[in-house]
Amino acid sequence: MKKLLLASTALAFSAGAAFADEIKMGVLLGFTGPIESVTPFMADSAELAWKEISDSGLFLGGSTITPVRADSTCVDSSAAQAAAERMISSDGVVAIMGADCSGVTMAVLQNVAMSAGVPMISPSATSPAFTTTESNGLFYRTSPSDARQGEVMASVLMERGIDNVAVSYVNVDYGAGFADAFVSSFEALGGTVTARVPHEDGRGDYSAEVGTLAAAGGDALVILGYTDGGGSVLRTAYELGAFDQFAMGDGMFGDELVASVGEALEGTIGTIPWAAGDGTEAFSALAQAAGINSESSFTRESYDAAALLALAAQAAGEATPEGIAANILNVANAPGEEILPGDLARGLQILADGGEINYIGATNVELVGPGEAAGFYREYVVEGGEFVTVQFH
Amino acid sequence: MEPLNALVSVTNFMLIPAFAYGSQLALGALGITLIYSILRFAHFAHGDTMALGTAAVIGGTFFLQTLGVSIHPLPTALLALPFGMLVLIGYLLITDRLVYRYYRRVKAKPMIFVMASLGVMFVTNGITRLFMGVSETRFEDGERFLFSVRDFREFTGLAEGMALRSSQAITIVTALIVMVVLFWFLNRTRSGKSMRAYSDNEDLALLSGINPERVVIITWAITGMLLVTAGTLYGLDKGFRPFNYFQLLLPMFAAAILGGLGSPVGAIVGAYIVAFAEMGVTYAWRRVFTYLMPEGLEPTSMMQLLPVDYKFAVTFAILVVVLLFRPTGIFKGKVL
Repeated sequence: MKKLLLASTALAFSAGAAFADEIKMGVLLGFTGPIESVTPFMADSAELAWKEISDSGLFLGGSTITPVRADSTCVDSSAAQAAAERMISSDGVVAIMGADCSGVTMAVLQNVAMSAGVPMISPSATSPAFTTTESNGLFYRTSPSDARQGEVMASVLMERGIDNVAVSYVNVDYGAGFADAFVSSFEALGGTVTARVPHEDGRGDYSAEVGTLAAAGGDALVILGYTDGGGSVLRTAYELGAFDQFAMGDGMFGDELVASVGEALEGTIGTIPWAAGDGTEAFSALAQAAGINSESSFTRESYDAAALLALAAQAAGEATPEGIAANILNVANAPGEEILPGDLARGLQILADGGEINYIGATNVELVGPGEAAGFYREYVVEGGEFVTVQFH
Repeated sequence: MEPLNALVSVTNFMLIPAFAYGSQLALGALGITLIYSILRFAHFAHGDTMALGTAAVIGGTFFLQTLGVSIHPLPTALLALPFGMLVLIGYLLITDRLVYRYYRRVKAKPMIFVMASLGVMFVTNGITRLFMGVSETRFEDGERFLFSVRDFREFTGLAEGMALRSSQAITIVTALIVMVVLFWFLNRTRSGKSMRAYSDNEDLALLSGINPERVVIITWAITGMLLVTAGTLYGLDKGFRPFNYFQLLLPMFAAAILGGLGSPVGAIVGAYIVAFAEMGVTYAWRRVFTYLMPEGLEPTSMMQLLPVDYKFAVTFAILVVVLLFRPTGIFKGKVL
């Protein structure tokens, strides 16, 4: 019986290798844990891209892509590594769409993907640390680094003539990295930062933090945190009369903030990664037709990450980790024919004919630096309890 | 005008929040001191029991809100207080029956009681989270401010502003009323006197015919009322989140020990000292000194002794210093 099993497994493997008609790619996302509410839509979006490619019949001589899902948990690095390990060694994936949260993504990259030589495209890891991490050309992301948002926010404030601010950030990797990026850009533009005060998320009382910020003074208070703690800081600062003008990062964006903070939010300036344009609309239509919630966080980035992996394989002419890793930048950036969501078959055809493509996708993909999205930001101001768009950056 | 601005600034950012926080701690510390002097153990489940009582009040508040009952401009939660008290006293008496009574019978050592209360703490903690979840619940309604910063500036014409939130004012007033009633109860009523007698000398109290089980029940009942009041005031002021209540355990114990375990006056004084120390040490005094110092001598640094993150370290330091140099506390209480 055991021998039979072994034999049949060996047969299955050799069959897969011989005909190469079924290529496996991994979807490594936190299906359990803190972001479990958004990951199903991210995975569906990624698989939507692969289905489009498989159905076209043009992918590597009629091959199809089979997604392999695994749980990154978002917070447990050892669980995420084990999941990635299993994907690569027992399922035999050639590339990974993931992981999601910055911490586990870094762990999987350094401890699993780099030793196995398997490329990863993360749709949602935004920590600035990836920009400076050497990945041997294996790591890419379709979401921008928080460092980029720091620059955008600094220039937005300076344009409005606000050049003297106090900063409060949530005391985790996200907040600290974001604050570093903002402060250095802001000071480079000639602004003054009077104080940098960290706050812990989820406390009940922030009057001590606000007291310190008030003692430092400034024209505005920049809060780089989450809706929960950051919102409380904002409200406390307003109620104690410490500041009247606020600015906030993407972690604070949300309608629940308007509900919990109320009138204090009036006139607040903010930035958030955003998507707009033909590609975004094309993706929304596509997702809607497939019954996927396209407005959920990071769905567009997931679709793009998955599409890039497949297009890179097509460009390489073979579905191998090395081939995919070497071609991601070629298909993502100019020059070449522009490709939108729903248009992937045309991209495959051009690549098969030896041409070049510039994948635009749902998020205006433009990979810069070591291979991360340049980012497209919406600057908004709160008026009458609504987030009103000022312009895009 | 300058000294006045300094005073307003320090009142707004430090004195008012510290006074409200101290009042909340005082009610909690009173409960700790009562349990310690009568049941003779350190009640570790204090913070989480407080959370459970507050959860009951929140449930009552939401129920009253759906009925449309309100006592505007006061928060509805005040109306739900008796309900929360009933639930919590019931809970405390059940735990006493199931857990502590056995250890009283076998005359267990205080350390065993402490460990038992640690177990009760975990169970209570779980029950609260089961009903309320772990995220923040806000249940404050009614008028939010007595006067806001903007009103105050317009009214006085000062550069600095000051705000007094209704929840802070209610906290301070309620705490004072509760303290007065408690002292009246302990000093003037028969039950209060029997509690004090039992606390002073258990054997003598038994000889003079005091029923120990009755004293225990009264102690839990008073503790329950204090906890629900303290927890509700804290929740109105700062929002309800189970983990924050657990964290209150340290400052409440520090307050009770600093004042002298077993001394109700000590618990109150200790609570205010802990609250003002936490806020004062981590407060940036720059703004105040800028107003007070002559021109040209304004401070350039933040004038802050410790960063805000170290708030809990202040409490810890107080606790360590007291235990090392004066274990009986300010008012000569018992030694832990």
